[in-house]
Amino acid sequence: MACRFAMLASVMPSEFSAAQVAAIAALAQLELESAEVELFARQLGDFLGYANEVLAIDTTGVAPTAYVSTGQESDRPDEVRPSLDREAALGNAPDPALEAGLFKVPRVIG
Amino acid sequence: MRATATVRDLRDQIRSGRRSAVEVCRETLTRIERLEPSLHAFNSVTTDLALARASELDAQRDRWRDAPLLGVPIALKDNLCTRGVRTTASSRMLESFVPPYNATVVERLCQAGAVVIGKTNCDEFAMGSSTENSAFGPSRNPWALDRIPGGSSGGSAVAVAARMATVALGSDTGGSIRQPAALCGVVGLKPTYGRVSRYGLLAFASSLDQIGPLTRTVYDAAVTLTVLAGADPADATSASTPASDYTAGLTGDIRGARVGVPSSLLENGVEPDVLRAFRAALETLASRGATLVDLELPHARHAIAVYYLIATAEASSNLARYDGVRYGFRAADRPAQAGRHEQTDALRTMYAQTREIGFGPEVKRRIMLGTYVLSAGYYDAYYLKAQQVRTLILRDYDRAFERADVVAMPTSPTAAFKIGERVDDPLQMYLADVFTVSANLAGLPAISVPCGFTTEGLPVGLQLTGRRFHEATLLRIADAYEREAPWHTEEPRISKEVRI
Repeated sequence: MACRFAMLASVMPSEFSAAQVAAIAALAQLELESAEVELFARQLGDFLGYANEVLAIDTTGVAPTAYVSTGQESDRPDEVRPSLDREAALGNAPDPALEAGLFKVPRVIG
Repeated sequence: MRATATVRDLRDQIRSGRRSAVEVCRETLTRIERLEPSLHAFNSVTTDLALARASELDAQRDRWRDAPLLGVPIALKDNLCTRGVRTTASSRMLESFVPPYNATVVERLCQAGAVVIGKTNCDEFAMGSSTENSAFGPSRNPWALDRIPGGSSGGSAVAVAARMATVALGSDTGGSIRQPAALCGVVGLKPTYGRVSRYGLLAFASSLDQIGPLTRTVYDAAVTLTVLAGADPADATSASTPASDYTAGLTGDIRGARVGVPSSLLENGVEPDVLRAFRAALETLASRGATLVDLELPHARHAIAVYYLIATAEASSNLARYDGVRYGFRAADRPAQAGRHEQTDALRTMYAQTREIGFGPEVKRRIMLGTYVLSAGYYDAYYLKAQQVRTLILRDYDRAFERADVVAMPTSPTAAFKIGERVDDPLQMYLADVFTVSANLAGLPAISVPCGFTTEGLPVGLQLTGRRFHEATLLRIADAYEREAPWHTEEPRISKEVRI
């Protein structure tokens, strides 16, 4: 993973190599086709070239806004309440183990 | 009387017994049947459920007498969870996803006597401005079938414009209710962030997403918002600020209202016909007693860049959940391989192949961009920087609202463009959101109302943005405008031709 980040750190926005796009795709858990790698290299570059205008804005001492607060009390009493039953929760799984109550994935341990 | 009159008309007819909910529902379904092959507004039409619901309302007329949306046919954007009804977000990833629960807005509509008639087409996971990013093909603009209806709530706008639904719900992350409303000639309202519960909305960018109505009239938007608004224990960002009856202030009187106009923002890139309609709308507002105030939003021109940096970052995180494990599509298993290392890879390969096949190009593009701006070495440069400029955009609006009650802009710099015209140039597509994204960044309510047509006969929208939780002011001004300039009574030819 460390080498991937090092590779990303050398990226100059508005020009992406195929290897750099592949590194981002790996972080995003996407197995891109080669045509997509080429396309995204160009399109990500185009957008970040445009977005560079933002980098020039003086934001010294400006606090970031992650979201606009709505003033809702976030605390609530810690009470047990009903939720989805197990069958419903597993109902959309591609490979559910209904009786065990588990989501199955390809084997990861030998 | 037409099947899909306004909410007020329909409700009164059903209340008084002049028409039954079933009759209205059947007529609406017939219109959908006739128009859908040309327009493709819907991913699913819930014929049987709708008719069953309408009969239930008719059978218990006394119980439902005072319901604000009694018998009103409503279409829901297909990113709102509906118990037992397929909810796809127009993505292959969720092509066969059937939610086990209803979104809070769906519950509220049902309690208000509405009849859900189907799920509308949209850009995949609400990412787009044209519905061309739907995995199931684009919707078409009823005013010109070779043009896009806008997006991402394009199917919702088409359904209302072509009278296939009286009300539709959409979601708006950067203009996805207002822009299609403008391009299809209907009313679209994005409430204040937190005004309406997002529980059961498939998340795109959680700090920006908000659900709202698309309707034929401002009154209908007000009635629907009254039903939708309010705190919800299931959404921690839903606001405790009390909701009110948003129809109460629709007096037509806007004397003394101050309408801010950021003139310098409109100097470049706005189509002449759009600008002409917008200026005429300002004159109309002034003629009813509003005061026009010239003002500046100095950072608004950076809003697109800021928006796409933040929205894609949030999207890359939100969409990480689609990995082929708990719901939705899973790529076919690779053959089992010997040895621990390869088997670990089999899981990662399953994730990556599932996402590669399940997501369309725009979703992948945004996940890639969002992943990049959040990655080590770029978080501060892009994501944090964008959040800081977001603060500056917020302050611009705070300052603007010292001098004005609402800010007016065209909703979209252009009218509906041709299908296919911009699909190869995502940046060009993003730039079309220039007037809508800042309301999301600042969490402000904004409405689009029809304000005329281009010389080619395409609808144009007027956007008004207001102070947080001041939907009533927006609606009052928009309603007064609508009374003076009833563009909403125009109907697309294809819709008129269906004589039901």
